[in-house]
Amino acid sequence: MKSTTGLAMHGITHHFGALRVVDDVSLTISPGELVCLLGPSGCGKTTTLRIAAGLEAPDSGTVTLNGAVVSGGGVHLPPERRHVGFLFQDYALFPHLRVLGNVEFGVESLPAAERRARAMEMLEQVGMADYAKAWPHQLSGGQQQRVALARALAPNPALMLLDEPFSGLDKRLRDLVRDETLQVLKRNKVATLMVTHDPEEAMFMADRVAVMRQGRVVQFDRPEVLYNAPADPFVAAFFGEVNQWPAEARDGKVDTVLGIFTSPQDGDIEVLARPEALRLDQNGPICAQVLAARPLGPVSLLHLRLDGQDMRARLACRTLPQPGETVRLSVDPTQIFLYPRT
Amino acid sequence: MPAYPHIKNGLSTPLPWLLAVLVLAGLAALPVLVVAANLLAPSQGTWTHLAQTVLGDYVVNSLALMGGVGLGVTLGGVGTAWLVTMCRFPGSRPLEWALLLPMAMPAYVVAYAYTGFLDYSGPLQTGLRALFGWKSMRDYWFPDIRSLGGAITVMVMVLYPYVYMLARAAFLEQSVCVLEASRTLGRGPWRSFFGVALPLARASIIAGLALALMETLNDFGTVQFFAVDTFTTGIYRTWLGMGQPAVAAQLGAVLMMFVAVLIALERLSRGGAKSHHTTTRYRRLPRLALTGWRAALALAFCALPVVLGFAVPAAMLAVWTVEVGLAQSFGGDFLHLAGNSLILALAAGLAAVTVAVVLAYAQRLHPGPLVRLAVRVASLGYAVPGSVIAVGIMVPLIALDRQMAQTVERWTGASPGLLLTGTVFALVYAYMVRFLAVSAGSVEASLAKVTPSLEAAARTLGCGTVAALKRVHLPMIKGSLLSATLLVFVDVMKELPATLIMRPFNFDTLATRTFTFASDERLASAGAPALAIVLVGLIPVLLLSRAIAKSRPGESE
Repeated sequence: MKSTTGLAMHGITHHFGALRVVDDVSLTISPGELVCLLGPSGCGKTTTLRIAAGLEAPDSGTVTLNGAVVSGGGVHLPPERRHVGFLFQDYALFPHLRVLGNVEFGVESLPAAERRARAMEMLEQVGMADYAKAWPHQLSGGQQQRVALARALAPNPALMLLDEPFSGLDKRLRDLVRDETLQVLKRNKVATLMVTHDPEEAMFMADRVAVMRQGRVVQFDRPEVLYNAPADPFVAAFFGEVNQWPAEARDGKVDTVLGIFTSPQDGDIEVLARPEALRLDQNGPICAQVLAARPLGPVSLLHLRLDGQDMRARLACRTLPQPGETVRLSVDPTQIFLYPRT
Repeated sequence: MPAYPHIKNGLSTPLPWLLAVLVLAGLAALPVLVVAANLLAPSQGTWTHLAQTVLGDYVVNSLALMGGVGLGVTLGGVGTAWLVTMCRFPGSRPLEWALLLPMAMPAYVVAYAYTGFLDYSGPLQTGLRALFGWKSMRDYWFPDIRSLGGAITVMVMVLYPYVYMLARAAFLEQSVCVLEASRTLGRGPWRSFFGVALPLARASIIAGLALALMETLNDFGTVQFFAVDTFTTGIYRTWLGMGQPAVAAQLGAVLMMFVAVLIALERLSRGGAKSHHTTTRYRRLPRLALTGWRAALALAFCALPVVLGFAVPAAMLAVWTVEVGLAQSFGGDFLHLAGNSLILALAAGLAAVTVAVVLAYAQRLHPGPLVRLAVRVASLGYAVPGSVIAVGIMVPLIALDRQMAQTVERWTGASPGLLLTGTVFALVYAYMVRFLAVSAGSVEASLAKVTPSLEAAARTLGCGTVAALKRVHLPMIKGSLLSATLLVFVDVMKELPATLIMRPFNFDTLATRTFTFASDERLASAGAPALAIVLVGLIPVLLLSRAIAKSRPGESE
């Protein structure tokens, strides 16, 4: 297997017309590492991916692949010469070629026997060897995704780029295919950049996640750091609905309905509390009135009122509290975040 | 949201593609520009003379032709389209595709056939005389087909399918959306037709009408044979008869102004009310079942164009072919003529499709305004009459030939003669310019099947722009490439005015031979070559008919 030194993007900026879609984005991926670009639609994540692939030439900044500059400084290596694998949202299997023909497409330069062997090896890896003679339109969505993965990996690329690769699949199939894809990518030790808008998917797949908003990378870190120490309210809110309210800090402390917390600075601040921050606790310090309760399966969603302030809580409880009931709660302070108000 | 809403390919080495587009568009636009430039050229003696004498006739005849043909094709095309899509009567299903058959007939062939059919010694008058016991021409009055009215009639018979085809498609599309709403709001079928269906189909009808009128202006064979003086006959006469290329070009320029007005009117009618369909739901059309005399009337109205525009002239050609004798008809140099037509049509078809692929692909790589404009300009030829294109190519080609001949003579002392003028190459160039839009339309439409991510997949898997075209785009659209070639092929087989002006010396095709026979009043001899043209012309019409019979939104039978 070829040794790779991964991808480095530095100061990438790109416009569509007057609109700045990518704004000073920098990130690195080591060989074998999987990095997710996470953000809402229109945040510039797909454009960043396409710039890495060479499908788009950035207005400024540099892209370095395997130690060689492929974009920037007057250089723009076309996609066909970058040796990257791209997995498309719609899989983009060639409809006029059979499964085998699709996988062989990128290894044309090999002699016929070797080409066939390489393609079959990849199809074997994704469990699609039995379908080598099938046409793309005869396959289900999940099968097409696997063939597309085999096709992208067949030329042994230095970098894999995945654009929302699981969004076309229904939930149960998605979990399965996601798991398999992760295994295949890790087995091939290829540096991978993946775009998704699903935080759960990003947490599951990625070694590191870059959260993007309006063309900028807001935070770039390991998934658990993003969850436990989000850089700003946007990142915190991206992993799920949060309770958010303004407060004022004095002498390094802020007094809220959930208790008193240490604040890094005085003045106007924003308090964020994940719905998971609250726990049912008979000896808990907080009293809340239940406004509504909905079972969600493993947990229940409660609308609560504490000291005249409405709040949502997501908690495990064996019997669903009834509206009007009063419950006692305790707070997990690691799920409470304080940010200076801007 | 589409996967890539704005695929901007500011990519690798687009320069060769950009250059190719500009060169090809330039070549395609050249004849039009040359002729247009003559509008500004100073008037010469001959031009002034023409302007004082025949120009008025040309304008009046052209306007009368357009008026008559326009009225006829609109009534015939819209009426038949409405009846076969909205009503059910005996024969309505087969008529739906049979109404296209006259498209296979070039107007001049129909003109020759009817001249023979209605002639004093033709089957109709002979039959009438036998029936009524008339002895000679003095006993009865019979209309003369070789007149302006005759030309209008002939052209209506072969050109109405343009309106029919587009109106029918428009009626089918709008079906469920609005017609039922109109009916439930208390309007009967007729009031729904005039109040809802017709206004909604207006843009399509006008587009079909514009195409029919462009063909009317393009026609040379019919008006020449019927001695109706129009611009095309004028260009032919001043060019070949009087040897006045500049005057021919000036006539061409005036003719192009007619075309420009047509295009402008068509654009104008499209711009105002963009009719969007409010629903994408299709359901089986609620067809009105006709019975009794209504059904008979509908059948007669829809069958008449097929009988007059196809059956009668085709039968006449067949009768002539047999009369002359099969050995005589298809012997002699018939195979040679057919071979010439075949080679020309094939070369032009391949050239037009190749150029169309380059233009369409470059437009995808480079979706900028410059390329879009170039592609637009390159497709202008479909609106420009063949005789104008011929003049627009011959004028610069002759100048170029002279230049080359002089240069060669200066170096070698011997003149090589004309190198480009009057060659098959020049003729193929003219066909390419005239029919590029035909191939470009179908190539562009089919290229849309290759999604941006398929293109990107090919690129990331190591294909350059040319390799991607070869390995992904072309294999995916090969069916459309074939049908585009076929369409151009058939158009070239039928083409007359440009071929007559530009053909190499002593070079004949089926079309020119048909024309020569007819001009020499040897109509029966014209039967075989004309029949061959019609048979070839039937192929795309039948394919189109089959597509129509198969695909109807919301109806599967």
